[in-house]
Amino acid sequence: MRRLLYLLPFLLFIGVGVAFYLGFERDPRDIPSALIDKPAPTFDLPAIPGQPATGGLSSAKLEGDVTLVNVFASWCIPCKAEHPVITRLSREQGVTVYGINYKDKPEDALTWLSRNGNPYAAIGADQDGRVSIDWGVYGVPESYLIDRKGRIRYKHVGPLTPQVVEEQILPMVKHLRQG
Amino acid sequence: MIPELGHYALVLALFVALVQSVPPLVGAATRNTAWMNVAVPAAIAQMMLVLIAYGALTWAHVVSDFSVLNVVQNSHSAKPMLYKVSGVWGNHEGSMMLWIVMLTIFGAAVAVFGRNLPPTLKARVLAVQGLIGVGFLLFILITSNPFIRVVPAPLDGNDLNPLLQDPGLAFHPPFLYAGYVGFSMAFSFAVAALIEGRVDPAWARWVRPWTLAAWSTLTMGIAMGSWWAYYELGWGGWWYWDPVENASFMPWLAGTALLHSAIVVEKRDALKSWTILLSIVTFSLSLMGTFLVRSGILTSVHAFAVDPKRGIFILVLLAIATGGSLLLYSLRAPSLKAGGLFAPISREGALVLNNLLLSTATATVFIGTLYPLFLDIMKLGKVSVGAPFFNATFVPVAIPVVIAMVVGPYLSWKRADLGSALTRLWVAGVAVVIAVAITAYVKAGGGPLMALVGIALAAWAFVGSLVEFADRIALFRTSFRNSWNRAVHLPRSAWGMTIAHASIGLSILGMTGTSAWQTESITSMKPGDQTSVAGYEFHFDSVGLVNGPNFKAERGIFTVTKDGRPIATLEPERRSYSTTRMTTTESAIHTTVFSDLYVALGDPTQNGTAWIVRIYHHPLVPWIWIGGVGMMLGGLVSLTDRRFRIGAPERRRAAGKSAPLPAE
Repeated sequence: MRRLLYLLPFLLFIGVGVAFYLGFERDPRDIPSALIDKPAPTFDLPAIPGQPATGGLSSAKLEGDVTLVNVFASWCIPCKAEHPVITRLSREQGVTVYGINYKDKPEDALTWLSRNGNPYAAIGADQDGRVSIDWGVYGVPESYLIDRKGRIRYKHVGPLTPQVVEEQILPMVKHLRQG
Repeated sequence: MIPELGHYALVLALFVALVQSVPPLVGAATRNTAWMNVAVPAAIAQMMLVLIAYGALTWAHVVSDFSVLNVVQNSHSAKPMLYKVSGVWGNHEGSMMLWIVMLTIFGAAVAVFGRNLPPTLKARVLAVQGLIGVGFLLFILITSNPFIRVVPAPLDGNDLNPLLQDPGLAFHPPFLYAGYVGFSMAFSFAVAALIEGRVDPAWARWVRPWTLAAWSTLTMGIAMGSWWAYYELGWGGWWYWDPVENASFMPWLAGTALLHSAIVVEKRDALKSWTILLSIVTFSLSLMGTFLVRSGILTSVHAFAVDPKRGIFILVLLAIATGGSLLLYSLRAPSLKAGGLFAPISREGALVLNNLLLSTATATVFIGTLYPLFLDIMKLGKVSVGAPFFNATFVPVAIPVVIAMVVGPYLSWKRADLGSALTRLWVAGVAVVIAVAITAYVKAGGGPLMALVGIALAAWAFVGSLVEFADRIALFRTSFRNSWNRAVHLPRSAWGMTIAHASIGLSILGMTGTSAWQTESITSMKPGDQTSVAGYEFHFDSVGLVNGPNFKAERGIFTVTKDGRPIATLEPERRSYSTTRMTTTESAIHTTVFSDLYVALGDPTQNGTAWIVRIYHHPLVPWIWIGGVGMMLGGLVSLTDRRFRIGAPERRRAAGKSAPLPAE
């Protein structure tokens, strides 16, 4: 019995080790989305109070061109990390980026945008997170690529990196614009 | 040519590490002195070779040798020299090189200073240390070779992530790594003791200084990392419960527990197998930290360079080191003889309580950090665990640690009287009441309840620790001169304990102050505008353009006054790095001991005639890091205790004998 007690740390470690190993088989960013190739949910979000210039975001705005919808929040550190990538995508790589500001205090969101810059063509404030539930948002940041007809074609969970943009987003945008 | 020399030295180091581990292990088992002694020169040679390799890599970075892939990916000819040197460890390959440099320095230190260690223990410790070296050298050579060349060589490099081009960040990895790797000593001693089947007070006396040194540097590394996050990343946040921060915090918590349980082994010959287990767990958590950071298995802001193949390799290393040592533990620990008995209310009892609480705290952080991964594997969905979880679970465990921390030193070994300890702490009790009353009065209501709890804890830890010290030197109970003499003759470890414990109070003060009472203002300002925050007037004088070596910046100039008196001139910058096309905000901070004034320049508005300006007043925030430095100092002072000046007592005894000892 006493020996078993001494064996316990080893057994616990085996459990953790197996979990780590299984963890490799799944990418924390690869989340199946039931919404791929389906029309984006219908929604109409107001602008962040205090920032009326660009207006809010609604499903109507998503039709017409290929766009990227980025779910972000001021309290989310990885959002800060991906922000330069989003900015570059919008300002230099010619992709229209819309933002959904997820469960954020308006003043925090405005601070964040003023500090880091605002690359978004329009931002919808989803203060209670209802719309994000319709989109199937697991956590922030998440990005969705929307085709011209307003259908979700690609979903990325976690911060966008230059590599993801080069290898996934930009080729996909090019393809969708032709199609 | 020089990178090839480095590469060659690294391969050679791998084989020397093998020589450092296999023959000494065999020698220790067969009592073959010659084979055991191989470990000493091998450890020193391994360190030299690794230093040569590291020097070669640094050279490639400093002269911007763009035929080396690692330099291309992480450097730029226009990068300031400071960041060319720190950029060596600012990337994955280089940081692993730094890891192994630290490891071999610790190994060589045992070889050089461990003259008085029992020969078999010393051989086994060095052998285990050598095995860890073998694992990591293989890892570097197989998956993360920093010496790979590119043909043709590009004209210039990609530059280092600008967020990392910062003095605070540049120097925190060496401290963190020294801490992580320092715990490898405790691990090697634990595994060696398990092989020997013997743990005695002398063993603990050997393990304690290494653990103290590792703990002190880790404390410093964590404090520097948090300071960096405060001024570079955030809006005044100093801790984010990010997986990578947690990865450094877990070994710190376990290491703190180890530090205290080793005292019990040393003084009372008890808690032996628990201390061995803690040594293994602490280093395993350090390894796991490396694994979490390098595998990309959890999403984190620190995930600058991740690669699953490397993750698998580190996982295998972790499985061998931790799995192997825990298996050895389950086989050998039951036969370790239990030592001195003690009553629940005693110094030992208090240290056991400390260990239980710190282990629980470690487990809390562990569960919070890995819960998303476990849930994901069980296919129960994806979640992220954030600050609310940790605030709800970690803080309630941390509060009793701080309360008990002050009482513990009053209890005597074996059996103690809790009532009399508490009576002697009446001064600290009074201090708590006064501090809370003043806070409630000054802050008109005192803000959130947790703020008052925080202030009370801070006062308790700070005053309580000093009162205990005053008690020890009989301050005010005897002449001042007499007290002074007592203080001078107190063991350094007592000094260290008081400094470290009181510093924890200071850190809590800072954490509470900034969480409860910060004020902020975000406005669009034109040069010439003025705004007022927390009684300070901020005048926006002008904005100028500045050219840095590898960036261009807008620099704002703000004059701060209070009641007409000039306080400071603050110059925040918005930098655009040309190569990486990233913008960073360099906030300007004016610090007094009691608060920080923090100004950051945001995006231009109104066609570039005005800027969004964020101004913060963070009360008491510097104390978080003053406390951190204090804890580290406490550790270092304790390290100078004569018991730890290695072999000092033995040498004195040896000098007493008339026969000269053969020199080794």
